[in-house]
Amino acid sequence: MSENLLSHRRLHLVIRPSSGWAALKIRELWQFRDLLLSLAGRDLKVRYKQTALGVVWVVLQPLLQAGIFSIVFGKVAGMDKGNLPYPYFLLTFCGQLAWNMFGWTVLKSSECLLNNSQLVSKVFFPRLVLPLATAFSTIVDVLVCMVVLGVLLACFRLTPGVQVLLFPLWSVLLLLLGLGMGLIASALMVTYRDVKYVLPVAVQTLMFACPVMYPAAKAPAEWRWFFDINPLTPLIEGFRYSLLAGAPAPNWTLAGISAVATLAVFVFGLFSFKRMERRFADVI
Amino acid sequence: MSSKEIAVSIRDVSKCYTITHNQVKHSTFAEAVLHRLRHPLERSEKETFWALKGVTADIEVGEVVGVIGRNGAGKSTLLKILSRITEPTAGSIELYGRVGSLLEVGTGFHPELTGRENIFLNGHILGMNKREIQRQFDAIVDFAGVEQFLDTPVKRYSSGMYVRLAFAVAAHLNPEILVVDEVLAVGDASFQKKCLGKMQDVARSGRTVLFVSHNMQSISLLCTKGLLLRDGAVEYMGQTQHAINEYLRTYALESRSDSLPDRRPGTGEYRFLDVRASKEMYEGAEEKEIQFRIERRQSNMGKMYLSAHVVDWQGVTQAQCDARLLGLWLADAEAYEGSFRIKTPWLKPGSYRIDLFLCVAGMGFVDKYEGACSINVSPVLPYPYSISEEGTAYGQVFADYSWEAVPTTLARRNRPTPSLSGV
Repeated sequence: MSENLLSHRRLHLVIRPSSGWAALKIRELWQFRDLLLSLAGRDLKVRYKQTALGVVWVVLQPLLQAGIFSIVFGKVAGMDKGNLPYPYFLLTFCGQLAWNMFGWTVLKSSECLLNNSQLVSKVFFPRLVLPLATAFSTIVDVLVCMVVLGVLLACFRLTPGVQVLLFPLWSVLLLLLGLGMGLIASALMVTYRDVKYVLPVAVQTLMFACPVMYPAAKAPAEWRWFFDINPLTPLIEGFRYSLLAGAPAPNWTLAGISAVATLAVFVFGLFSFKRMERRFADVI
Repeated sequence: MSSKEIAVSIRDVSKCYTITHNQVKHSTFAEAVLHRLRHPLERSEKETFWALKGVTADIEVGEVVGVIGRNGAGKSTLLKILSRITEPTAGSIELYGRVGSLLEVGTGFHPELTGRENIFLNGHILGMNKREIQRQFDAIVDFAGVEQFLDTPVKRYSSGMYVRLAFAVAAHLNPEILVVDEVLAVGDASFQKKCLGKMQDVARSGRTVLFVSHNMQSISLLCTKGLLLRDGAVEYMGQTQHAINEYLRTYALESRSDSLPDRRPGTGEYRFLDVRASKEMYEGAEEKEIQFRIERRQSNMGKMYLSAHVVDWQGVTQAQCDARLLGLWLADAEAYEGSFRIKTPWLKPGSYRIDLFLCVAGMGFVDKYEGACSINVSPVLPYPYSISEEGTAYGQVFADYSWEAVPTTLARRNRPTPSLSGV
């Protein structure tokens, strides 16, 4: 049959094998924004249905954790000595929120493909929707906690300075770094389930190695280099600096390097996810 | 509509899967671990498997194409590639229109969410945007018949309601090209009828449909064309009825050639061999005879019995013929030669699959030979006269019946019957 005999309708799409690095197809992603929002909404709704305290858990979790850490690090380990202009608890709580922005994103986005394996193997949609949706629900969780922080700051009459304007910047960087790592982890997890068991331990360990429950200044001198190369250090310090009046500013050079590294990790995550994406439905 | 307007153009599409498997099969996890400890360096073997091999087909706008073939022929793989869930290994497909696919009913339904929430979530998953769903919302709820339960979590739904709601969402998907896997096999009979009706509406509205099913009846009812796949390649594409007949023919042939006795289900102490029908074609009322041999592979079993199923082209078992009912039992022996003969019911014209079973009382299958052979029943009716089709369309089989009617007078009927008044 010769091709020109056929009167073709508008060609909508050509399916053909792809290989190597592929384009992100942002426009296609945009077409599926409703799906992204409803998946994020589903995560939020489902998480707190049938729990007696509901949304309270979002707040209670970091509050309790920050409380415990402020006792352990502040009192037991004796970090709470340098005449801080704010309660030690607020230091750990701010740190906790900054950490959650990163850690929750990594953990939740890394599991998104496995948790939705039925969707992946039965329906088409840009796979990036799944990790992005989990990031959305993390943002909502953290924002709810921010309200509590706001109340606490008001109680202690701690008005943040102009540096509060930088708060969105730190949050976005923490989120992107988490997402970048989560993207890679989620794609790897499709083939290697080992990642599922290793990752929570790794994230937990990393938290102790970051200035979450203590200020970076308290880090022992011989470990200083580690804090300097860790891109999370300036981000967490910056997060705290922008919200907590009197908290020390991060090292701006390191913060700049960290921002670049974060973007690099995020972009690398996006493209490697896209690269591994084509095998998801076959392997999962 | 131009008859040559193409909706889907499939060009030389192939799909290769890599299967990893170990040489030794382990039935328990402990065995597998032990094996791993004993042979720490043994590599698992990789094998490539071509699910599709160079499939080429053109589908015109407004056609409803039934994709048929045996399990593993590549039907689902083709649908997955068409709906972009997975990529082809080679070849290309041109799509002239938006594709909506429905490979499973209720994908992405979340038990904790309410019916209303799930309609939106599922709609988004299937590729509808918010406005489209809002516009169709009432129609979806109406189709599913779940108005009162819209704000109840679907985990409290009965399974019937759940399936109805799931199908309702999918049924209101309005793409130009619809790809549907075997999803009609859900719900009760009346709902299935409703679904089939909906599919017919879709087909009539001029949209292009690709439809996979094992149910030949719905294929012949819905489809304007048949696409027969065999071992990942197109065997035939064209007239629906021809494709179905071809499928039934090859199905029977293949099961004869490819059913290596040792790969069939069953414990395998005995196996059926050389199963064949005594004739190419039978008359409807004629006795059909299937001859077979049984050979012993391993010794000593309990008493065994035979059974056969006569299965029609829709997959409906028309007769189950268990030898126990006739008092026939087989004892341990080197081999058996035998035959299965069936005279009634009179089978309607067409092809039938014969499944043979050898079982041990209370222990299950020794050899489960589905599709052991097939028999063809000639279109010549087993009755003295031939009439138009509606005279034979109903009923699953032909009956050996007789009629009697004698002229009589009305007067005789009106007379009171003595036996009734006497009691």
